[in-house]
Amino acid sequence: MTVLLAVTAGVLCAAGTYLVLGRQLSRIVIGIGLVGHGVNVLVILSGGDGGAPAFVGGDPGTFADPLPQALVLTAIVITFGVIAFLLSLAFRSWRVTADDEVEDDVEDRRIAREATHLGDDGVDP
Amino acid sequence: MTALLAGPVLLPLLGAALSIGVGRSRNAQRLIGVTTLVVVAVSSVMLLVRVDADGVVSVQAGGWDAPIGISLVADRLAAVMLVVAVLMLLAVLIYAIGQPGAEEDHVGFHPVYLILTAGVAAAFLTGDLFNLFVAFEVMLMASYVLITLGGRAEQVRSGMTYVVISLLASTLFLLAIAFVYASTGTVNLADLSAKLADLPSGVRSGLALLLVVVFGIKSAIFPLFFWLPDSYPTAPTPVTAVFAGLLTKVGVYALLRTQTLLFPADTRPGTLLLVVAGLTMVVGVFGAITQNDIKRILSFHIVSQIGYMIMGLGLFTVAGLAGAVIYIVHHIVVKTTLFLVAGLIEQRTGTAQLAELSGLRRLEPALAVLFILPALSLAGIPPFSGFVAKLALVDAGLSAGAYAIVAVSLAVSLLTLFSMTKIWANTFWGPSHDPGGKPILTAPRRALMVGSTAGLVVLSLAIAVGSGPVYRFSDRAAHDLIDTSAYTDEVLRR
Repeated sequence: MTVLLAVTAGVLCAAGTYLVLGRQLSRIVIGIGLVGHGVNVLVILSGGDGGAPAFVGGDPGTFADPLPQALVLTAIVITFGVIAFLLSLAFRSWRVTADDEVEDDVEDRRIAREATHLGDDGVDP
Repeated sequence: MTALLAGPVLLPLLGAALSIGVGRSRNAQRLIGVTTLVVVAVSSVMLLVRVDADGVVSVQAGGWDAPIGISLVADRLAAVMLVVAVLMLLAVLIYAIGQPGAEEDHVGFHPVYLILTAGVAAAFLTGDLFNLFVAFEVMLMASYVLITLGGRAEQVRSGMTYVVISLLASTLFLLAIAFVYASTGTVNLADLSAKLADLPSGVRSGLALLLVVVFGIKSAIFPLFFWLPDSYPTAPTPVTAVFAGLLTKVGVYALLRTQTLLFPADTRPGTLLLVVAGLTMVVGVFGAITQNDIKRILSFHIVSQIGYMIMGLGLFTVAGLAGAVIYIVHHIVVKTTLFLVAGLIEQRTGTAQLAELSGLRRLEPALAVLFILPALSLAGIPPFSGFVAKLALVDAGLSAGAYAIVAVSLAVSLLTLFSMTKIWANTFWGPSHDPGGKPILTAPRRALMVGSTAGLVVLSLAIAVGSGPVYRFSDRAAHDLIDTSAYTDEVLRR
């Protein structure tokens, strides 16, 4: 079970990283979500092997560690809130620019503009 | 005691709820915002006095004892950071009330600003790694809203970068917490301080470096700073001032706290941090020199200045940490002031581009004074607060034998002075022409904006005048950081 969960976390993080590296905002949002879920799975894993439900009777020695479950609930809520915000920001970006791509940094654009004044060999003609 | 520790976190949240309730009346929101921050400022000063007299204080939320319960802890470092942060937040709020724009136009400004305050206070006072994560998220969530307030195309573009970078850092932080919990079974900082020492040194180094990366992104150290100069200048002035003064310093605080408290001496990445500190200083200041917009110049200077704080940490000596503490306190005040002055210049002339500014000295002599004092302080000219802070760091570096980083820090000071004179010469000297165009502010608004800026200048001068006591306080704070027993004993009730 632990190995399965570890592999799941790895796959989620890898897929998420791939998506985040793209230039389309919608992909980035999905990527962030996947990475977040991958890490949440890891947090659950940090409590060790599973066990009986905690605090509902039975032998306390067999309980699953409840702390990572509490932590991960908090983390899930936070991820949910932030992704909702990110989606609205991506939507706003699409409304303003009619485009779903991440735009260049102001500085990058300035340098690119200056570079076009130069010839191909980099010397000012 | 409980009230003093919980107040700075709970009061702003309560204020935010009230502020949403009275959303129709901007004046009621202003009253709530200012009152809350004044009360929090008074209580955090009381906390500072108490902590300096009695040592570390802590409260266990819910009455459960330390490793199980949620601890709120204040030592000297946390208390002084809280005081400076809240005073600065109060000054910027008054400035924002005076400035036409963000605060007036958006019903959400006041509630979100108070939530940001709560997040910052929680980050300083928490004694628990997971709650540090939650505090960061509260603070960042508020900052996402503030940086995109208004939703202009430029803000959305840079805001998107800021949000995605911050989110990735947060995800890495959660990953670090999962690893820490998996290897030790606790997330309480004081408890971790003992348990991490038992781990194999490879695991410890891995965790220490992961936390350096996490807080390195948040505090914008080399090579993780690139998001900062792009995103900060686009927000409304008061927002930029708060971010510039405070948010990166919360990252530095977390770095100081985790690297000194959690990891024993043999795992501390001292040399790595010194190299990173040197590169951060140099790259930041070179970035600043090439810029032509006041806000962008100042944004690059934030990066450069972070290098000095990391230098103090990288030395891992009492003197080095004392230098870092005094530098952070000085920097929060001075950097915020400079951004507020940049906002005043922009308000008066309609631009922050150096090429379009000239001769403001005749038009606005008061602004020239308000700019030159913090600018000289930032460059480290005696007798201002920056000189005191840099002297402490250089002295610590020399006595630790780290000559290379001392040389770099002095050279970077000179370049800082160069880029400050560049702003000064372009903006305040030269033939003056009245830019006209923008209506000049009404007297009460102007009084609020100039008054709050002047208040921060006075605070920075007070640090310089009281440099003896301030340095001795920083020294005591640094002793607490190096010798962690006071902190752990208080939290674990030993």
